[in-house]
Amino acid sequence: MSARAFAPGAGAAALPADRLENKLLDLKPTYAEGEAIAEANRCLYCHDAPCVTACPTGIDIPGFIRKIATGNVRGSARRILSANLLGYSCARVCPVEVLCVGACVYNDWHRTPPIQIGRLQRYAVETVLDRGAATTLLTAAKPTGKKVACVGAGPASLAAAGYLALEGVAVTVFERRAIAGGLNTTGVAPYKMHVSGSLAEVEFIRSLGVTIATGVEVGKDRTPADLLREFDAVFLGPGLGGDARLGIPGEDGAGVIGATAWIERLKLEPGFALAGVTRALVIGGGNTAIDAAREMARLGVADVGIVYRRSAAGMPGYAHEMEAARKEGVRLIERAVPAEFVRGAGGKLTALRLADGRELGADIVVLGIGQAKLAALATQFPGVAVDAKGLIVVDEATGRTGNRKVFAAGDALGGELVVTAVQEGKRAARAICAVLGVAVRADAPMRAGHV
Amino acid sequence: MADLSIDFAGIRSPNPFWLASAPPTNTGDQVMRAFDMGWGGAVWKTLGDPIVDTSSRFGSLDVNGARMVGFNNIELITDRPLELNLREIREVKRKYPDRAVIVSLMVESKEDWRDIVKASVDTGCDGLELNFGCPHGMCERGMGSAVGQEPEVLKTVAGWAVEYSTVPVLIKLTPNIGDILEAGVPAVEAGAKGLSLINTIKSLIGVDLDKFVPYPVVGGRSTNGGYCGPAVKPIALHMVAALARDPRITVPISGIGGIATWRDAAEFIALGATSVQVCTAAMHYGFRIVEDMIDGLSAYLDGKGMTSVRELEGRAIPAFTEWGDLDLHYKVVAHVDPEKCIGCNLCYVACRDTAVHCIHNAGDALAPGHAASTRTAAIAEAAHRSKSVTGRAKDAHVVWVDESECIGCNLCASVCPVPDCITIVDETNGAPFESWNDRIARGTNKVPGGLADFRKLQTRRV
Repeated sequence: MSARAFAPGAGAAALPADRLENKLLDLKPTYAEGEAIAEANRCLYCHDAPCVTACPTGIDIPGFIRKIATGNVRGSARRILSANLLGYSCARVCPVEVLCVGACVYNDWHRTPPIQIGRLQRYAVETVLDRGAATTLLTAAKPTGKKVACVGAGPASLAAAGYLALEGVAVTVFERRAIAGGLNTTGVAPYKMHVSGSLAEVEFIRSLGVTIATGVEVGKDRTPADLLREFDAVFLGPGLGGDARLGIPGEDGAGVIGATAWIERLKLEPGFALAGVTRALVIGGGNTAIDAAREMARLGVADVGIVYRRSAAGMPGYAHEMEAARKEGVRLIERAVPAEFVRGAGGKLTALRLADGRELGADIVVLGIGQAKLAALATQFPGVAVDAKGLIVVDEATGRTGNRKVFAAGDALGGELVVTAVQEGKRAARAICAVLGVAVRADAPMRAGHV
Repeated sequence: MADLSIDFAGIRSPNPFWLASAPPTNTGDQVMRAFDMGWGGAVWKTLGDPIVDTSSRFGSLDVNGARMVGFNNIELITDRPLELNLREIREVKRKYPDRAVIVSLMVESKEDWRDIVKASVDTGCDGLELNFGCPHGMCERGMGSAVGQEPEVLKTVAGWAVEYSTVPVLIKLTPNIGDILEAGVPAVEAGAKGLSLINTIKSLIGVDLDKFVPYPVVGGRSTNGGYCGPAVKPIALHMVAALARDPRITVPISGIGGIATWRDAAEFIALGATSVQVCTAAMHYGFRIVEDMIDGLSAYLDGKGMTSVRELEGRAIPAFTEWGDLDLHYKVVAHVDPEKCIGCNLCYVACRDTAVHCIHNAGDALAPGHAASTRTAAIAEAAHRSKSVTGRAKDAHVVWVDESECIGCNLCASVCPVPDCITIVDETNGAPFESWNDRIARGTNKVPGGLADFRKLQTRRV
């Protein structure tokens, strides 16, 4: 988040000042007006543009860019947020290199770099939110009397809740944490977005008429039966559970921590520091592992290695992220299968031993090998099924589960991106309106973007 | 290397590039710096009774980020003492005897014209240019375009200057007139030895939408100005050519209006200009632009096998005709190079919405009996080869042209951002020449479906 007064909300104001993420500065700072207009003017304004096809939510990208170029920033933000209510965080965290920017026709011309779509999108939304003008940007329909509960306050839920609220549905979001936003708040690499950015977006969603109840855990504080009784429909956007573990000797004890847990501490824990850490290892080949390694390197850890069991070509993380990590000094240790955590005097972690006998010195090892599924929560709802991987089973077109009143979206379905979670949330919101008989306005934001 | 020197009604210049009478030629210091950089001549900023200018006096038309595509000013003539200007003109001409030094003039009475003409000629200048074009401020005082817009007044005032001058008198014409010949012919009849055009076009460059004041804002008000810059070039080209092809215009022409490059200059010269005058481009980039103007024009002439710029003069005039003399059987069609196409679909949407919808996407079917100028098989192959690093196949967006429907309008080639991707190809295939005027002469000019046919239909129905 920029230093500008961006509708911070109560959550952002309460953030401790000494969070470690504050040391990691924005890699792509927000555009000044002149920069944005200059970049917008480079856009060819393609017809049937491939960038729109590449956007999971189907934002009218040439349309919103042209509005920036003409100085209609408010119209630009409206165009973005209609198709993607979380257009702000998506502008900052989307892997645009493999989505809209990767599809830009300029890639096939090689005369000029592709349009910086993410940065333009951030400029438009941030400018409008900064002016405090977002609350009147999208107008809501009259109350319908229908009530929907959303489980989890991550991107999928926030999107579904916002779209439903705009059509006059009374939505309550239940979040077990004290802070809303899901992984946007707890898990985004700080050089892409700080916690305050996510919380500002949460406030925008709240301004659409959504009630967000934090510190309420469904399954404990409120039962699924309560929700099914009190609400006309339930939306499940629980995300994923804790970091997975390797199950090898020496794993328990100080110095070994899960990747999402570590990133969360980095972003939110007061006074969290990397005291005495000069050698760090991150196990895993996905984007969370790469994020953790880049954060370590950017925080000044001298020796950061990613430990991956196969070769680089097999890494599920993005090549452009791994390339950025390499440039920041992160080394990749390929074909490395962890066998044991080596601990010295007092149980202090000293190294990671691999199956082939190699030993890699380490002061801290971060496990970025995936997260547990929250199958147990989902299956407490009658009729809701999970597959063999623990992912919630839904109808592709609607996001509806085996229970006609229960819908689901987001990482719990196996997705990985904020932007796909938003699209699934929008899809579920459309389906919920259909099931509840809510008349969706002809110009309703939920109609915008891809089907 | 081609000879760029010119002889303009006896005024000699090492190249055809002159600075126009405007802010760049306000002082001796400026003109000498320009001459050092290679300008062949300069028309001094208009002399007359010094004026008072406003603060805030220019306005720019920017298009999609491109600056100063058009430019507007409300500045008046010189605000410096006459004696100072004349002293500097004398000094410049003495230091740069091979350059064309021309003094622009604007006064009111015959007596004033007599005195200022004589004083100017005394400096040793090569010629005079009568400013009958300024469309703002001065015209309200009965000068500038107020003179140029009234043929009789123009002739009378020009006659005074011609009478008192012993050096060639050029008349600078205003474009704020219905037909440029209405000013050009009397100017020649009055004894002008050359014509300069165009002066600026009367304009409002824009409006401040917060203050509701047009630009340029002077306090809480504004006024109309004179418009120039690249955007006026087509208007100037037409007016220059209209004079150049008219047999009554027997004097050389100095082309002015949006000239920024050697290419612009070559176009003016090909349409009949002997010299060209530049202002806005120098105000945008400085005097240094003349280096490439000289270099580029020389290279162009060499490439065309012309030994002198004089060989270029008027070369395009014979081809500039009335619409009625154009060949109605000439047929061109658009060809798209699928290798170069980046799939932006700008041609597709332009043709669909505003032309004849003859451009289609790769997957679209060709109508039975129609011919495609870009074969779909070739497109598919090219698209396959150009599969981008991100895995995006652009094949669905590569376009092709239904040649049977194409009217050869040039719109697609105009909107295409990729150089040489869309070319316009001659498909005339030896059809004989036939113009509209030919059809009139033969009585074959009736096009079915007109009012006569319509009335017949109406009568039949009744």
